[in-house]
Amino acid sequence: MQGRVWLTAAALAVALPGIANAGDKLNVVSWGGAYSESQNKAFVEPFKKAGNDVTTEDYNGEIAKIRAQVESKNVTWDVIDIDTQTALAACAEGVLEKIDWKKLGLDRSKFIGGNLQDCAVPNIVYATVLAYDSTKFKDGGPTKIADIFDLKKFPGKRALQKNPFVNLEWALIADGVKQSDVYKVLKTKAGVDRAFKKLDTIKDQVVWWEAGAQPPQLLADGQVVMTSAWNGRIYDAVKKDKKPFVIVWDNQGFDWDWWSIVKGGPHTDTAYKFITFASDPERMADQTHYISYGPANKDAIPKVDKDVLPSLPTAAENMKTALIVDVKFWADHGDALRERFKAWLAK
Amino acid sequence: MSATTAIPNIVADGDKLRRQLATAERDGHFRALGLIAPLLIFLLLSFVVPIALMLSRAVYDPSIHDNLPRTLAALQGWDGKAIPDEPVFAALVADLKDAQTNNRGPMIGKRMNYEISGIRSEIIASASAAADMTAPPYKDQMLAANDIWNDPATWIHIRQAGSAITPFYLLSAFDLERNDAGSVVPVDPDRAVYIEILVRTFAISLTVTVLTLLLGYPVAYMLANSPVWLANVLMILVLIPFWTSLLVRTTAWFVLLQDNGPINNVAHLIGITSPLKLIFSRAGTIIAMTHIQLPFTLLPIYSVMRGISPTYMRAARSLGGGPIYSFVRIYFPLTLPGIGAGCLLTFILSLGYYITPALVGGASDQMISGIIADALNSENNWGKACALGAVLLTATLALFYIYNRIVGIDKVKLG
Repeated sequence: MQGRVWLTAAALAVALPGIANAGDKLNVVSWGGAYSESQNKAFVEPFKKAGNDVTTEDYNGEIAKIRAQVESKNVTWDVIDIDTQTALAACAEGVLEKIDWKKLGLDRSKFIGGNLQDCAVPNIVYATVLAYDSTKFKDGGPTKIADIFDLKKFPGKRALQKNPFVNLEWALIADGVKQSDVYKVLKTKAGVDRAFKKLDTIKDQVVWWEAGAQPPQLLADGQVVMTSAWNGRIYDAVKKDKKPFVIVWDNQGFDWDWWSIVKGGPHTDTAYKFITFASDPERMADQTHYISYGPANKDAIPKVDKDVLPSLPTAAENMKTALIVDVKFWADHGDALRERFKAWLAK
Repeated sequence: MSATTAIPNIVADGDKLRRQLATAERDGHFRALGLIAPLLIFLLLSFVVPIALMLSRAVYDPSIHDNLPRTLAALQGWDGKAIPDEPVFAALVADLKDAQTNNRGPMIGKRMNYEISGIRSEIIASASAAADMTAPPYKDQMLAANDIWNDPATWIHIRQAGSAITPFYLLSAFDLERNDAGSVVPVDPDRAVYIEILVRTFAISLTVTVLTLLLGYPVAYMLANSPVWLANVLMILVLIPFWTSLLVRTTAWFVLLQDNGPINNVAHLIGITSPLKLIFSRAGTIIAMTHIQLPFTLLPIYSVMRGISPTYMRAARSLGGGPIYSFVRIYFPLTLPGIGAGCLLTFILSLGYYITPALVGGASDQMISGIIADALNSENNWGKACALGAVLLTATLALFYIYNRIVGIDKVKLG
């Protein structure tokens, strides 16, 4: 009996933080770390100054947290910053507001990837890049994606995102598949086998990361010598913490982040106002002062500072070999590939 | 209690006494019920109902049943081989038109994508194509619109996914699936993962339980048999980590176990040149979990030991038993109820570990809770998450049952 009381107490302790407060404010939820900070400075603080009561929260892209709020009719998140795949899945699940662009008062054609989603407004474009610690490679560091798989020339642990996404593409490219054929090859069983076989060659040297803040930390701790990472996180570590990290702009996975509105929330109108506010070219250009992600609103690009421009994923120099992530491919084949990836990891 | 006041009436009226007694007892029952009601309601709402809902989701998925009702009805007479005829296509178009209006196409696509990988966007495209169709014959139009309808496998899987009560998720939790013929077969070895993870979860939990017992038993003995002041100091040393948050302790281990962390630095000083593989490994996971679980095993054993009178051991010794013989035959059996309670507590808590393996463990040290969280959070496959949860719950209850048969739960004591 006492054992059960213990368990109940433990269950209670776990449940308590879940009891959220419902006030009359806008709650903006994003990914935390340097990214949320840039959004706070560029969007949230000015929006507050304009007389709105805004709170912020962090999450890790968990669709379950959105679904649970909508299904229990207790929506406490209003605006969320969401990744491409989660936005598609959540939209299909019917837990996101369908975006009314007229209500936003924005020109959809001005947004890079604006027509890709029904329930989301493009916010930034980011890149999953290869980054390394330059002090670990005295004779020159990696210069191309294939170098991740070159344990002879670049020995040491490397970190990759714990997700088949981008990793499978990189494995194929490193194995000699032309970038333009990657998704065609990945659609076949033989192609998937080939990608995993390539990943097998470095499996025991890989540390897997899940949250965006982990890669710069793993590099800083010396736990790995190179890592895949979201470009803004590396930029932030270099700029703010003066870390000797270098980004390799080769076959970086080019992808979006989006604003979405959780369905059935009490502040939908304010949420629309916030997204309009945050999509303003001036605001978007201001965000690039704090993190090096590309503004999704094309009008914002001319307003970006000249010295920041070369660090953005949208810079022509960086775009040369960019791998545009195939949104539809991952929506269709993600389930099966994640399953396979999970089984592969567990072995 | 109230019977004392009723004594004078015994002679006069036995029936009255009986009634009074019954009333008093009933009041007592109600009072007791009233006292435990808050806890009972709390347990019901926070424990029983969610578990029941979870178990139901493991076998209940109406997404095809509700969204393609006409198609499923029309498919009833289908032989399962040739491409169905016009009436089935007409039903399909009618269903897809509704789906398009209500924006349910992606939902159907999501469920069918579990059956046939890659079919999601074809279904969504078909729904929007169907919405534009105005007149029969629909069969030709649908076949022209998308190739998937020209493949019997699509129809077979629609029919399989069509029942609202489905074994699909439970099968997948055991690395099984239904093939086109409808019989249950193992999934491709490339995708088989859950049985392995389930076995691993039990193996890690068992290892941690044994380690906490081996480490905790002597400490408990020392605590129970030291002078009071020393026992109190030692107790605080046990309790402070016990009161510290699990996350904090796990993060501390994350720092300690790193390649450049304190443990490896010390190892380096004493001449071990290549860093010990502690972080992101099974060893690290077990070290951290053992540390966190130690008090759970130790405390019940300690409180049972406290209740053992020293005279038993003295009697054993005075009757000629050697120290080891007396310990094995007298003391140890007396501590068994505490060992049972401590180990059971640690084992069951270990089964649910999630944060610790995720932070300190490597990719091949993840336990079932982490996989369930992934299915919930990132895969959006709640059916599978619930099926895995149901399997874990059943396995745990089964073990508990076996334990009860062998040891007897009435012999378990927390103090």
